[in-house]
Amino acid sequence: MKLLHKLLGWIDARFPLTATWKAHVSEYYAPKNFNFWYFFGSLALLVLVIQIASGIFLTMNYKPDALFAFASVEYIMRDVQWGWLLRYIHSTGASMFFVVVYLHMFRGLMYGSFRKPRELLWIIGMVIYLMLMAEAFMGYLLPWGQMSFWGAQVIVNLFSSVPFIGPDLALLIRGDFVISDVTLNRFFALHVIAIPLVLVFIVIFHLVALHEVGSNNPDGIEIKKHKDADGKPLDGIPFHPYYTVKDGVGVVGFLIIFCAIIFFAPDMGGYFLEDNNFIPANPMKTPEHIAPVWYFTPYYAILRAVPPMFGSQFPGVVAMGVATMAFFFLPWLDRGKVKSIRYRGPIYKIFLTLFVISFIGLGTLGLLPATPVYTLIARVLAVVYFAFFLLMPWYTRIDKCKHEPDRVTSR
Amino acid sequence: MTNKVDRSKRQLLIAATTAAGGVAAAGAGAPFVLSLMPSERAKAAGAPVEVDISKLEPGMMMSIEWQGKPVWIVRRTQAMIDALPGHDEELADPGSSVPQQPAYANNFHRSIKPEYFVVLGICTHLGCSPTYRPEVAPVDLGADWDGGWFCPCHGSRFDMAARVYKGAPAPTNMIVPPHKYLSDGRLLIGDDSKGAA
Repeated sequence: MKLLHKLLGWIDARFPLTATWKAHVSEYYAPKNFNFWYFFGSLALLVLVIQIASGIFLTMNYKPDALFAFASVEYIMRDVQWGWLLRYIHSTGASMFFVVVYLHMFRGLMYGSFRKPRELLWIIGMVIYLMLMAEAFMGYLLPWGQMSFWGAQVIVNLFSSVPFIGPDLALLIRGDFVISDVTLNRFFALHVIAIPLVLVFIVIFHLVALHEVGSNNPDGIEIKKHKDADGKPLDGIPFHPYYTVKDGVGVVGFLIIFCAIIFFAPDMGGYFLEDNNFIPANPMKTPEHIAPVWYFTPYYAILRAVPPMFGSQFPGVVAMGVATMAFFFLPWLDRGKVKSIRYRGPIYKIFLTLFVISFIGLGTLGLLPATPVYTLIARVLAVVYFAFFLLMPWYTRIDKCKHEPDRVTSR
Repeated sequence: MTNKVDRSKRQLLIAATTAAGGVAAAGAGAPFVLSLMPSERAKAAGAPVEVDISKLEPGMMMSIEWQGKPVWIVRRTQAMIDALPGHDEELADPGSSVPQQPAYANNFHRSIKPEYFVVLGICTHLGCSPTYRPEVAPVDLGADWDGGWFCPCHGSRFDMAARVYKGAPAPTNMIVPPHKYLSDGRLLIGDDSKGAA
């Protein structure tokens, strides 16, 4: 024990180990009123670790070659010992990553976590979300099934609709005139090293920025306003042991659901692993019905809802891009006097509810074939989606807010 | 010897170093970006493909691979050819004014011979491969369907000359690739030069 203590002293003289532990864990003061919605940040970190670990082991048997990719995935599923488990952990992890991240983002919308002084924290988080979408999209090509191929074909063609530079841009992404072995090989490189590496760094930035400004809380008030004689927030408690224990409960609950999916419904009825992806990629034949994986479908529905204009379908692509990027501007769109939904007036609550309905509605429509009726509904929901952002400076200002408390409340 | 710092000189040197370093970085970056463009092998893969069409029955479609993409060859029946000029007002570009075909296919049937139709089987919307639906007025496509192609991805509709219907997400007619007849029953896809075949 004494030897360990000496070793720690030796390290601390050369590397700020204890100081880092204190600053970010044992003496990081978080508001004491965190509720259910505050599980999802640490869960997202857990899923990132799960994805990296399972991904490393999958690469050991996967072959990024158009001739062998599909067969190597089947080899992992049938012949590699426990390979099926590794693959189902990774494929389920991809979907669960988005479940957790969407809930984490919704928490931000409810409690105003994007508001000053957390604007940069929010923006870094949005960059993580975009990187995650790129990571998921590229990973989906790797099994080289029918949905892999045609999904990539559609998404890369979105870029070719950009005026002037579009066709060359699509060529640069594909590295060939069609989605081919070349594309598969580079998506593999980006999926297993480039994006994860960047992702890990920006997740660290996200945490550093969070610990600089301090966590928001369900009351949306700053705990740093009231400090004790030692300069510690009166309404704050150290992250460790209080929230490590609380998040531990979240981890257990999450893993129960996660394992239930892996063992009992790994394809989740075609939503996590689409049926058509169990057929090898065939560049000659598009499947009867193609849809992206569920986490992309809200944006896909917006893409389809916009009709072509001026002989180009670029406007739909722009609408889709704006729909994903709109979140970046929330810190400046929101003019409300209070942050948390607890003290907001009815108008914000109505708009947030409508936004959630439009997001889920668009996500559902994006999975279905485009019939005229569905397209009409998608257009209405797309208008609601954009209204949430565009009208925000107006409705948050006129909304009648309640008086927010001075100290955090416990309920 | 004075301690005074010549700030303007220092700024000039910093700017010059940054500019020179920037140019060098851009130059060093170019090979990396260019390596992402199609390789010589990918460029060479576009060789023309010879097809035997003598066994194609009227109304049937065959699909061959050219440059990694599907090319369809349809032997249209007389009824299909007769129906082509009948729905011009429903089409986005009935006269094929957008150059999506070689000059010799810029006619109402968009082919060299009205009977045989050659087209690149890729939807001009987002690159899916549409489904061949030659039957007239099927239940799912409606009573005005004259036969053609339906794209399962986003619902674009094309007639029997692969001309796009109005209101479809696809902006233009489908592409007719360069092709020529080597003899009555043999087609060459991807090459239409007049020289010795």
